[in-house]
Amino acid sequence: MAKAKIQKKSTDTDMTPFVDVAFLILSFFIMATKFKPSEPVPIETPNSVASQVMPDNNAVMMSIDKDNKVYFSVMSKSDIQKGKDIIKEAAKRAGVTLTDADLSQYQDGEMIGMPFNKIKGYLALPPAQRAKVAQDGIPVKDSATSELVNWIGAAKYVFSGDQLKYLVKGDNSSKYPTFGAIIDAMKRNDEQKYNLVTMPQDAPAGTELYQERLKGK
Amino acid sequence: MASLDTGGDDGHKKGPGVKKAKKQSTRVDMTPMVDLGFLLITFFIFTATMSNPTTMDLNMPKDTDKKDEETKIKQSGSLSVILAKDNKIFYYEGDLDPTGSNFKNATYKDIRDEIIRKKREVISRYVTDPACENEARSKGKSIDDCKQKDFFVVIKPTDDATYKNVVDMLDEMTINKVSRYALVKPFDTELDAVRLSGGGGGTAAPAATPPAK
Repeated sequence: MAKAKIQKKSTDTDMTPFVDVAFLILSFFIMATKFKPSEPVPIETPNSVASQVMPDNNAVMMSIDKDNKVYFSVMSKSDIQKGKDIIKEAAKRAGVTLTDADLSQYQDGEMIGMPFNKIKGYLALPPAQRAKVAQDGIPVKDSATSELVNWIGAAKYVFSGDQLKYLVKGDNSSKYPTFGAIIDAMKRNDEQKYNLVTMPQDAPAGTELYQERLKGK
Repeated sequence: MASLDTGGDDGHKKGPGVKKAKKQSTRVDMTPMVDLGFLLITFFIFTATMSNPTTMDLNMPKDTDKKDEETKIKQSGSLSVILAKDNKIFYYEGDLDPTGSNFKNATYKDIRDEIIRKKREVISRYVTDPACENEARSKGKSIDDCKQKDFFVVIKPTDDATYKNVVDMLDEMTINKVSRYALVKPFDTELDAVRLSGGGGGTAAPAATPPAK
């Protein structure tokens, strides 16, 4: 008697659609990813309910790291020369002369946290080496010798006529006096408006802001 | 299809000795490519920074020496919050009692309830102010601002407070829609009270405290 042959079904599945989708996702991620520029000092910012997007052009940022060191960075990707001009002007106000040749290694958005007497040597280093140098931080503690005042004044001068945003980015564990010193330096330059950089967070349920945002949606 | 046929015997008649060119499969093994594809997907998923940093507005008042330009606060509607060491908070309403009886401590969790309570209390005492309400209406704003016009939160960070404490407190103002608040240096009497309550600790030397203005 002939046995009924069980037909062997192929275990092969057509993977084409699956692979298609996978590559679609892959291309999405490749395009959507914006690589974080490597920061010489990691700063963990606090969370807030603020929803304003951080500007990344025509802004200067004052950063405070966890050791209460202050850094200054200029974000002007549309015109990198402005960043160089600010550094030159700030140094000039402190009696240090810098030329464009000194700043040939400067990159946009770089965090500079050196006192003016050490800035020339620091800027002469190639970028890869600069990232390894532990910077001293801009002196701010004593309001009479606060070098941050020069930095802000220089930024204001170079950007005169243009809109300039002041950003303050502080680490969670940095102490208040340093932030107070930044406020003080801003005040001395007659600047009262600035923005604090934070990470987004939802409004806590049940609060007034939560109700308002719920209504708005 | 894609493979080249080099048989070249299309024009000839096939004889018995002529071998038929073997048809090669056009299939390529895609497994390594797909493997690599998924590897890249996982890499990009993990490195993607989805949440961009946001910013929060902060407007400081100009320093002024003129008495009449200073912002006046009603003592009945003021709430002073002192940010001390180790995430501790002290607060009091109105003026600080010399005996320290209205000097209370709180945490970042329960200060919100305190702010809401105080705000309600101030609003309940609100006497209709037509001038303010009309102005708000003409600007298309809600009159909530008028109702809480006597409510003022004074944030006083001590030298031991962290940056996060200050931002959290400012955020609390946004969350509870407090329209009037200020960052002020704490007075010596307040710092003493904090020290007595164990918030500043003995380590905060008196010399380190900022001079009261």
